[in-house]
Amino acid sequence: MSRVFKWIREHLVVLAGILALAYLVLPNLVVFAFSFNKPVGKFNYEWAQFSTDAWTNPCGVADMCGSLSLSLQIATLATIGATVLGTMVAFALARYRFRGRAATTALIFLPMAMPEVVMAASLGTLFLNMRIQFGFLTILIAHIMFCLSFVVTAVKARVMSMDPRLEQAAQDLYATPTQTFLKITLPLAAPGIAAGALLSFALSFDDFIITQFNSGPTTVTFPMFVWGASQRGIPVQVNVIGTAMFIAAVALTVAGQWIGNRRKARS
Amino acid sequence: MTEQLRDAATAGGDVRLTGIGKTYGDFTAVHPLDLTIPQGSFFALLGASGCGKTTTLRMIAGLEEPSCGTVLIGGQDVTALPPYKRPVNTVFQSYALFPHLDIFENVAFGLRRRGKKDVKKQVEEMLDLVELGPFARRKPHQLSGGQQQRVAVARALINHPQVLLLDEPLGALDLKLRRQMQLELKRIQTEVGITFVHVTHDQEEAMTMADTIAVMNSGRVEQLGAPAELYENPATTFVANFLGQSNLIPAEVTGRSGEDLLLSASGVRLAVPAARCTTEATRIHLGIRPEKITIAHASETVPDGRNSLTGTVSDSSFIGVSTQYVVRSEAGQEIAVFEQNMERDTRITPGAPVVLHWNPAHSFGLDAAQAIDAGTGEEAA
Amino acid sequence: MTTTTEAAPPQVIPLDATKPRRKLTAYWLLLPGIAWLVVFFAVPLVYQGSTSLQTGSLEQGFKLTWHVATYWDALDEYKWHFVRSFSYAAIATALCLAIGYPLAYTIAFKASRRWRNVILILVIAPFFTSFLIRTLAWKTILSDSGPVVGALNTLHLLSITDAVGLTSGHRVLATPLAVVCGLTYNFLPFMILPLYTSLERIDPRLHEAAGDLYARPFTTFRKVTFPISLPGVVAGTLLTFIPASGDYINAQLLGSPSEQMVGNGIQKQFLNVLDYPTAAALSFILMALILGMVTVYMRKAGTEELV
Repeated sequence: MSRVFKWIREHLVVLAGILALAYLVLPNLVVFAFSFNKPVGKFNYEWAQFSTDAWTNPCGVADMCGSLSLSLQIATLATIGATVLGTMVAFALARYRFRGRAATTALIFLPMAMPEVVMAASLGTLFLNMRIQFGFLTILIAHIMFCLSFVVTAVKARVMSMDPRLEQAAQDLYATPTQTFLKITLPLAAPGIAAGALLSFALSFDDFIITQFNSGPTTVTFPMFVWGASQRGIPVQVNVIGTAMFIAAVALTVAGQWIGNRRKARS
Repeated sequence: MTEQLRDAATAGGDVRLTGIGKTYGDFTAVHPLDLTIPQGSFFALLGASGCGKTTTLRMIAGLEEPSCGTVLIGGQDVTALPPYKRPVNTVFQSYALFPHLDIFENVAFGLRRRGKKDVKKQVEEMLDLVELGPFARRKPHQLSGGQQQRVAVARALINHPQVLLLDEPLGALDLKLRRQMQLELKRIQTEVGITFVHVTHDQEEAMTMADTIAVMNSGRVEQLGAPAELYENPATTFVANFLGQSNLIPAEVTGRSGEDLLLSASGVRLAVPAARCTTEATRIHLGIRPEKITIAHASETVPDGRNSLTGTVSDSSFIGVSTQYVVRSEAGQEIAVFEQNMERDTRITPGAPVVLHWNPAHSFGLDAAQAIDAGTGEEAA
Repeated sequence: MTTTTEAAPPQVIPLDATKPRRKLTAYWLLLPGIAWLVVFFAVPLVYQGSTSLQTGSLEQGFKLTWHVATYWDALDEYKWHFVRSFSYAAIATALCLAIGYPLAYTIAFKASRRWRNVILILVIAPFFTSFLIRTLAWKTILSDSGPVVGALNTLHLLSITDAVGLTSGHRVLATPLAVVCGLTYNFLPFMILPLYTSLERIDPRLHEAAGDLYARPFTTFRKVTFPISLPGVVAGTLLTFIPASGDYINAQLLGSPSEQMVGNGIQKQFLNVLDYPTAAALSFILMALILGMVTVYMRKAGTEELV
C-alpha cells in the first residue's frame, strides 16, 4: 500500500498533467462521438442512436457548407494580408532604429491586450457611422487588423534570433542588398513567417466575436452559422466538420513532423 | 585553381589605411591610424577583446563605415563602396555559413552573385583543395568545427579576392585542431599568395602564422613588426606582457659604461645595452624573458659579464619540456624562470636559495611611466 | 594558453543604421501595417469614446452632446455584469494556472521528445475545431442527466456548490460553475503555451544543482523553477484573464440570464437594442478597467515578484 502511495506521490505532477490533457481533449471526443448520433429533435446534446448519416452527407444542411467556404476564403485572404503587412513591420522593428519605435511597439501590443468585444464594438461603431456596408470587406478588414500583431510577434522573434553575420557574409560575397534579402534573409525568416501565417489562419477561421459585430446579413461565416444554429437547432453535420478539421490539423502536423524528421535522417 | 588565385593576387596590391578611425557616440573604438599591408603578406592584427582589431577589419571589408580616413585596396579608394563591391572576402568569426544552403551552394554563393554560370568545376576544385569534396551536399550543421572552418575559407577564396580577411577564424576550435588549422591556413596562403589579414587575440597563433603583426590596444596600434622583432624588442610594457611573458624589474639609470646603461634595481647593480632601451627616462622597467634567465643554486658562481639577482624559489612546476620556477628576489619581486629540462639541479626546490643570471644583451628597457602590468590580463581596469 | 573564444565585438544592431536612406526604408516597411492598425484599431477606439458621449437614435442620427450620464446609467445597469465578468475571469485564470502548470511542467521536463510533440499537438489541435462547437460539447458533458452531474450528485458535491452559490438546483448547466468551467476550458491553451515556453528554457541541470545544494523537490520548485517561469506565468495569466473578462459566449451558451457578463451587455446594446452610445460606454469602461488592472499587475509582477 505504501508503495502505491509513494508511486502516486512521485508521479503526482504527471498525473495532474494527464488529467489536464483529458480536460482539454474531452470536448473533442464528445464532438467526435456525437457526429455519429442520430438525435431526437433539433438539438444534438443527448445520445440517441448510432448513425453515419451526417458523415455520408456532410453538406446536407442548408447554408452550412457555404458558410464554411466563406470562412475559408476570409481566413486565406486575412492570412495573406496580415502576413505581408506584419512581416514588413517585424523587419522594421527587428532591423532598424527609428523615431517612434516605442509608440509602434505599443500599437502592436495593444490589440493583443484588448478584449475582443471592445475592438469589435469600436470598429463596428466606426463602420456604422461611416455608412460602410457591413459584409465581406468589413470582416476581412477586421480580421487583418487583429491577426497583424500576432504575425509581427512571431516574425520579429525569429528575425531577432538570426545571426546578423549571415547577412554580412552574403554582402561580403557580392550579394546586393536585394539579393541578400531574397537569398538569405527571407529563407532564414521563413519558419517565423510560416508560424505567423498559420496562427493568423487559425485565429481568423475561428473568430466569432469580432465577426459578429462586423458582418452583414448575407455574410455568415462558419462560426456565425454555428452560433445561429445553437439557438435554432444544431445539425449533426456541424460535429462532422468540427471533427474533420481536428483530424486534418493533427494529420498535417504529424505529416509535417514526419517529413521533417525524414529529411533530417536522410541528410 | 591555385594558378588562378595567384593571378588574382599579383593583380592586386597593398591595403593602405590612412587616418582611419571609428567612434560610436562618445566611445572611440579605433583611433585614427595609418597602416600599410604589403601585397602578399600574412598580416595579423593582435589584441585583447575590445581593442578595435575587429572594427578595423570590418572597415576594410566595408561592413563598418569609418568615422574618418580612407581605405585603399590596390591603389583604389574603396572607402565609399559597399561590401559587395569590394575585392575582399571575409572568413567570419564562427564562420557565418548559410544554414539553409548545402556546402556546395555555400561555396558557390559568391560566384553565382557575380553572375558566373558554370560554377560546378570551380567549386569542386575548391572543395578538393580544402579536402571536403565528399561533403558537397551536406548542410553546415552536419560538419565538424574544423570542416566548417575550411568551408568558410573555401567560400571566401573561390572568389579570388585581392585580400582575404579572417576574423578570429580559429576561435571556436579546440587547441589541437587549432594548431593544425594554423599550419593549414599558412600553407594555403603561401600557395595562393593572396594578402591575408588575420584578426586574433591569440599571440601564439599570430606569431605562428603572420609575417607582420600589429599589436593593438585600446583602439591604437602599439607596435608593428615581424614576430621575432616584436618578441625580442617590445616597445611597450603592453607588448612585452601580451606577446609571451616578461619579467619587468623597476630600475633606475645610474650611469653609462660604453654601450651599456648602468642600472640600480633596489640596490642591485644591473646593465642593459643603451640601444635596447626605448626611452631616455631615468626610471625604467628592465625587461627579461623567463626563458633567457639561467637559474643556479646560490653556491654556484656567476660567469663574468652577466646580470645577476639572488632570491629564493617560491614555486616550481614541471611541465614536460621545461620547468617553470617562480623566484622571489631579495627586493621582494617575483620573477618567472623557464628552464629546459636537460640537467636538472635537484637542489633547486621551493625554499632553496638561488642566483639568477642572464646576458644583458637579452634584456630591454622600457619607460617606467607605463603601467608595469599592462597586457597581462590582470591589470587593474 | 588562450583557448577561450573571445566575446563577440560590440554589435551595432542594424547594418549601417546611421544612413538616412536606410531609415527611410524602415518607415516604408512600417507604413502599411501601422496605418492599418491606426485606422482600424486606434481611430475606432477614439471614435468610440466620442460615440459614448453622443445622444440620438439610429433614425435621427447621433450628435455629440457630451452626455456623460450615459456612463452612470450604463454602470448602474451593468454593475453586476462587471462584477461577474471580473470574478469569473479571475477564477478561470486561477484554475487555468492550477490546471495548466502541471501539464506544461510535464511536457517540459517529464515527457520524452516523442511524447512532448504528441502532447503539444493535442494542446494546439483543439483550436482547429471551432471553439463554439467545443463549447457546445460542454452542454452535453454537463447535461443534467449526464455522467458529470450524476457523479457530483453521488458525491454530494453539488450540495456544497449549491450552498456557496456556484450551482443551483443540483444541476451544473445554467449556473456560474458551468460558465467558469467553459471559460477555463476555452483559455487553457493560452495559459499552457507561454508556461511551456518559459519552462522549456530552464536547464534541467538547475534542478540537479538545487538538489545537490540540499533542496527538496518542492523547495527546488518553489525557489528555482517557479521564479524562473514567472514571465510565463505573467504572460499566461494576461492571455487568459483579458479575453475571459470580455467573453460573452460561454455565459450565453452555458449560463442563464443571471450569469451574463459585461460582454453580453455590449453585444445586446450593439446588436439588438442598437443603443450605440451605451455599448460604446460599456466597452470604454471595460477597456479602461482592464488596461488599469494590467498595468498594475505588470508593474507588480515586474518589480516585486520578479526580483
